[in-house]
Amino acid sequence: MSASADAWQALARPGFLRSARPWRSAGYLLATGLSGLLLCVVLLVSAVVAGVLVTVVIGLPMLAALALAGLPYAALERRLLRLLPDQAPVESPHREPDRPGLVAWLRTRYREQATWRELGCAALAALMLWVIDLTAIGGAVFVPVWLLATPVLLALDGEQVNVLKVWQIHDQPTAFVLTLAGALLLAALSYPLAAVAVGRAALVRRLTGRTEQDHRIGELVRSRARLVDAFEAERRRIERDLHDGAQQRLVALAMNLGLARLDVPTGSPLAGRLADAHREVGQVLSELRELINGIHPQVLADRGLPEAVADLADRSPVPVDLAFELPGRPPPAVEAAGYFAVAEALANIAKHSGANRARLTGRYAGGRLAVEVSDDGHGGADPARGTGLTGLADRLAVVDGTLTVSSPPGGPTLLRLEIPCTLTSPPPHRSG
Amino acid sequence: MHPDQSATAPLRVVLAEDSVLLREGLVGLLERFGHQVVAAVGDAEALREAVAEHTPDLVITDVRMPPGQADEGLRAAVELREASPGLPVLVLSQYVQRSYAADLLDSGDGSGVGYLLKDRVGQIEDFLAAVGTVADGGTVVDPEVVRQLIGRRRDPLARLTPREREVLALMAEGRSNAAICRELVVTEAAVSKHIGNILAKLDLPPAEQSHRRVLAVLTFLRG
Repeated sequence: MSASADAWQALARPGFLRSARPWRSAGYLLATGLSGLLLCVVLLVSAVVAGVLVTVVIGLPMLAALALAGLPYAALERRLLRLLPDQAPVESPHREPDRPGLVAWLRTRYREQATWRELGCAALAALMLWVIDLTAIGGAVFVPVWLLATPVLLALDGEQVNVLKVWQIHDQPTAFVLTLAGALLLAALSYPLAAVAVGRAALVRRLTGRTEQDHRIGELVRSRARLVDAFEAERRRIERDLHDGAQQRLVALAMNLGLARLDVPTGSPLAGRLADAHREVGQVLSELRELINGIHPQVLADRGLPEAVADLADRSPVPVDLAFELPGRPPPAVEAAGYFAVAEALANIAKHSGANRARLTGRYAGGRLAVEVSDDGHGGADPARGTGLTGLADRLAVVDGTLTVSSPPGGPTLLRLEIPCTLTSPPPHRSG
Repeated sequence: MHPDQSATAPLRVVLAEDSVLLREGLVGLLERFGHQVVAAVGDAEALREAVAEHTPDLVITDVRMPPGQADEGLRAAVELREASPGLPVLVLSQYVQRSYAADLLDSGDGSGVGYLLKDRVGQIEDFLAAVGTVADGGTVVDPEVVRQLIGRRRDPLARLTPREREVLALMAEGRSNAAICRELVVTEAAVSKHIGNILAKLDLPPAEQSHRRVLAVLTFLRG
């Protein structure tokens, strides 16, 4: 990882001793050493208590909860990394649970590989790493500082100092030699000290951060969302260009042809030609209007999803019973995904289902937009075969939505889509 | 074509349309037929100011206008009608959407409003007839929007016979009784009977006949 590579290279740079790096390394190792020691005590006590309580049932949930001890500890470790220079922030490797509530959260966490990696990290820190951390601090900071302080200690004592409990010093010149040695040792040992810190940080990053695969998947998800956004923006641009350009010009043309017809005597050959041209322009305008509405329906942007799907229901050749109400507006990407999903579903009903009646419901509950489209047709819709349904599922997947289809042969067909989202303020318009 | 409605007095019109090409075309068209365009503006804010300044006989406005390129024109029209309920407003739209038309008709008491597709501007005589109808306090809804509504079968419209629905659709387009009987090739007495049945079946409160016609159209639009 590049952050670690940078940190290792910094050790070899000439300005290392003058930089804050040695001090920050010492601070980091002191903090991790002490927190590891604390964790060791807490874990041991909890494990013993839980082990004892296993005989009475309460111990089992306690042991299960202990498996999650890595979560807060890893979060602490990720924060402590900021004490070191050159360490890019480590993002949490955990997913958002797909439903609100404690049960969903627990289910998500226990299934995640990251949870167990973090538990491993906590165990390592509690059983081994803190010993290394504190030993490194002791060797590289405590010993040299003791040597440095020899003249002061001698002055305070007056007669004798037992340096490191090994050498007995009686005179100041020797004490100053030891001070010099302490200074040199402090400088020399700051290299291995920083190396231990960098090595430990790299280990923590690996255990509590996202894996390469997580990063790749995250990047893929983001790039797919960007593509869809770009696609959506392009649709809006095309719609705007058609509306401001071709559509207005054609209306002006229709108006001019209409005026021209008034100036030509009725019954003349020219009047017939003009009437044909006029009709033609009318048809083009009508087709263009449908095209523009299919590219990016203005009613969706202006009025929101319930109005826009009501409009779709109006246009459906199969009568649609409608119950679609939302307490606010989802983000535009969710509205668009929901709208085009309903459009596709109603088009499928009209084309393939043989249904006499369809039903469209929409509501917002538990942080999710839930839309159901059902019909009384002959069923047999298969997402694996129909490209329409697959495209619909793909479209929903971009906004983390899900599509479930139940369509047994003989019907009825029920199509259900759910998209997690938050709603913004209630729609500015009363419904018409 | 409704020749029975096309003869109207010259009107003082405020026009709001952001496309210069169309704005100038409409000004030319209206003035050629004797109306006076007292202000021709390009956005909703200027529309409000122009109406306050000129107190026109009729407002003609586009739906989508700067700065937001959303439904500013329609919202301005609804606000203007709520501020002065008698103000006739004709909205020119590119959208065959019930909800836009319904918002407009709900504003004020539903009389003296029109919702037309811009295409209709090309049918000069129909357009001028609609201008006259709206200025006289009538209600005009574009045939295309009406056509979309006919397919819907919801209460209370489900109680109407197919013939009564046809008559109601023509009422929504702003046709007079005379125009309706020509279109359906029936006698005026038959049309009056159908309209009476429609008003009864829609449970409309007793009121002046022309106002009840508007209420029937509103019921139709709300579906």
